[in-house]
Amino acid sequence: MDLTSLTIKQCHEGLKAGKFTSVDLTKAYLANIKKFDKEINAFLSVDEKGALAQAAAADQIIKSGAEFGMLCGAPCSIKDLIMIEGQKCTAASKILENYIAPYDATVIKKLKKEGAVFLGKTNMDEFAMGSSTENSAFKVTKNPHDLTRVPGGTSGGSVASVAANMACYSIGTDTGGSIRQPASFCGVVGLRPTYGSVSRYGVVADASSLDQVGPITKNVEDLEIVFKIISGKDPMDATSANYEFEDKKFEMKDMKIGVPKEYFAKGLDKEVEKIIRSAIKKAEELGAKIIDISLPNLKYALAAYYIIQPAEASANLSRYDGIKYGLSEQGNNLLDVYLKSKGHGFGAEVKRRIMVGTYALSAGYYDAYYKKAQEIRELIKQDFTDAFGKVDLIFAPVSPFPAFKIGENTSDPLSMYLADIYTISVNLAYLPGISVPAGKIGKLPVGLQIIGNYFQENKILSAAEQLEQK
Amino acid sequence: MISKEEVLHIAKLARLELTEKEVEKMQKDLSAILDYFDLLKKAPKIENPKSEIRNSNLRIDEVGEKDTKMAERLIKAAPDKKDGYIKVKAIL
Repeated sequence: MDLTSLTIKQCHEGLKAGKFTSVDLTKAYLANIKKFDKEINAFLSVDEKGALAQAAAADQIIKSGAEFGMLCGAPCSIKDLIMIEGQKCTAASKILENYIAPYDATVIKKLKKEGAVFLGKTNMDEFAMGSSTENSAFKVTKNPHDLTRVPGGTSGGSVASVAANMACYSIGTDTGGSIRQPASFCGVVGLRPTYGSVSRYGVVADASSLDQVGPITKNVEDLEIVFKIISGKDPMDATSANYEFEDKKFEMKDMKIGVPKEYFAKGLDKEVEKIIRSAIKKAEELGAKIIDISLPNLKYALAAYYIIQPAEASANLSRYDGIKYGLSEQGNNLLDVYLKSKGHGFGAEVKRRIMVGTYALSAGYYDAYYKKAQEIRELIKQDFTDAFGKVDLIFAPVSPFPAFKIGENTSDPLSMYLADIYTISVNLAYLPGISVPAGKIGKLPVGLQIIGNYFQENKILSAAEQLEQK
Repeated sequence: MISKEEVLHIAKLARLELTEKEVEKMQKDLSAILDYFDLLKKAPKIENPKSEIRNSNLRIDEVGEKDTKMAERLIKAAPDKKDGYIKVKAIL
């Protein structure tokens, strides 16, 4: 039996029945990492010793005959934006290359309580800015389905680790599509939850009103298991919501599904469209009512996003001043330390976003850019509110195209930004969205995006599961 | 096209050192990105825009027991420190 192809649920059942131990599972995953990751580059660090110790501890609990949770003993990977106490947390940036996390993120604390096993930290675009994981300061992660292509981004390492059986599941973050787009490119399931449903405490900040932590798994059932555990109110995150996942199943035959015409406009790859249309057809065959809808302000979403995200990020990243932590360059005076530490520590895309954000917030430009973008955000939110007055869920593509070639979009920043065109409106509207595998073009997976109303992850998951099983 | 002076001004506001080459590239990239933002001028106007404050329920600022090791770990992360304090260069 190949232990690394098992889902979380199957791991749990095997552990319960004593067919294998968590140490067996962990060793199998570590062996896969040794074998495949030289080529795929999903991991920035692997904690072999720590993982085996956590596995042994999980085995103790299991052997004792006590009740144990679904995640107990199942090995996972964690995006290197999320802090695990005592381990490096680099955000794939030179500025945090040697930074050791002083405490656990709330998500990690919750997973530890369940007896989780942490295999290592995964590669990403620096500070979660990018769409391909090519912006990492350390390495370029490759798509396990085609090594000449990107895995998507920014949670590219997390997604590649699950797709290549180098982790049973992973935790990523989604600011503009960073879980859904790579999940689509690599053929796994990834959820960006409603803003506020998962704590951001202990997660390196990118753009605070857009950032959200979410799970990446092999199937929908596993996704629900992980999401239930990591979600919920956290007093350490003022934006976290009083929310508890409600265990409720919804039948496709009782659902109205909206198909927004703006998602099927010019620019959508014909083969991708075919796959998404056939997923919509499947839902219809399962009894769902398909309704054509319109989100008229969607065309402004990308521009609004690329003002709001850099504006928030430029403020958040001002903390890397060479004084409190991270890279510190010598200088003649304090200003010199700031200038050099930031100048040498940040990569090209991060600098670009800091510049755009600072520009948009600077005197004379604030109204034309930042304030305008916030107004667009309101309009987009309203579009979705109107849509969810008529439908239960929205079906759309995740990305206009399948995984692109490494280097294809790196010379022109705007062409890379366009890769986010179908995902960012969800973030602007604080909504939840999932990517579920819907088909393949050759060997390249294509995901279907299912967008739900606030805190209706259970409805999204029900629909995704019924499609997965059909 | 954004001028070199403008790029340098923004970089100064952001406390970001840029090389000569980076300034040139930034002129080009920022111009292209800002041109794209022109699209927003066509967007409908919104009456009485709401300011974006969500879940602004701040917790009570309570004095409580904390692990002293946490303070040590936080100080340890600073590049320059002395006797449990973070050292900063003179400002004046």
